[in-house]
Amino acid sequence: MELALRLSSDAPHYLSWGWLSVSVPNLIVIGAMLALFVLALVLPFPGNRRKTGDRS
Amino acid sequence: MSTTTARHEFAPAAHPTTWIGHLRGLLERKLPYEKLLPETQPSYVASWIYVFGVATLGALGVIVASGAVLAFEGPAWYHVSHTGLFFNSLHFWSVQLFFFFMVIHLFGKFWMAAWRGNRAKTWITGMLAFVVSVGAALTGYVVQTNFDSQWIAFEAKDGLNATGLGSWFNVANLGQNLLIHVFLLPAIIAVLVATHVLLVRVHGVVPPIDAAKVEAPPVPTVPEREGVR
Repeated sequence: MELALRLSSDAPHYLSWGWLSVSVPNLIVIGAMLALFVLALVLPFPGNRRKTGDRS
Repeated sequence: MSTTTARHEFAPAAHPTTWIGHLRGLLERKLPYEKLLPETQPSYVASWIYVFGVATLGALGVIVASGAVLAFEGPAWYHVSHTGLFFNSLHFWSVQLFFFFMVIHLFGKFWMAAWRGNRAKTWITGMLAFVVSVGAALTGYVVQTNFDSQWIAFEAKDGLNATGLGSWFNVANLGQNLLIHVFLLPAIIAVLVATHVLLVRVHGVVPPIDAAKVEAPPVPTVPEREGVR
């Protein structure tokens, strides 16, 4: 809990590449969104078993 | 004949003469009950990428419900009591999930070119809902009534003043931002989201780009079938 409070109250660390500057927390969120997007494309959907003769 | 009996015997005219009749006819043609509340979806909808739209709607529901509780109880409650802090956090984190799911929904729809098949209005209402939601988030941050909101407001005002918007939209004006946040923008978002969902019902869920090769052609309407004969 103390660690969470300290992390949320401290100023975030920023990464910079030329004109682009992004905080580490924002970069983590963007990475998580991209990761979940890729997983949503590749992971099988439960109950989506193909039947014989199904064209999909 | 009683009024009640007359109401039950009412039958809509075949050719409407009023704007209400024309509207009813339009809705019956464009959005019959089978489209409004479908029991089945095409096979390609059985994919995780189609889940994020409804996940966004779920998060929006939690935002509205928790926001209503915060509005009734006020900052003297949600900054101090344990239950108030819980609802404050619930409101904050449901907003985070709302944007998280909405951006993934946007990724999916962008890469499958979801404006195909006469779905431009669906795409446009979705993008407008996203943009207005950003405004709702900003006004939400500046009406927290804490040091965080002061910091955000005074950072944001410089940016807004640089664009000229600061002349009529002042993020340091708590009353203005509170009313915009709790009434104006939620009302606009509600209309945009309702229109967006209805347009999805009217045009159907957009198929993946390669699904056109494997999906069956649409069933012809009665006039089309009669025209063939």
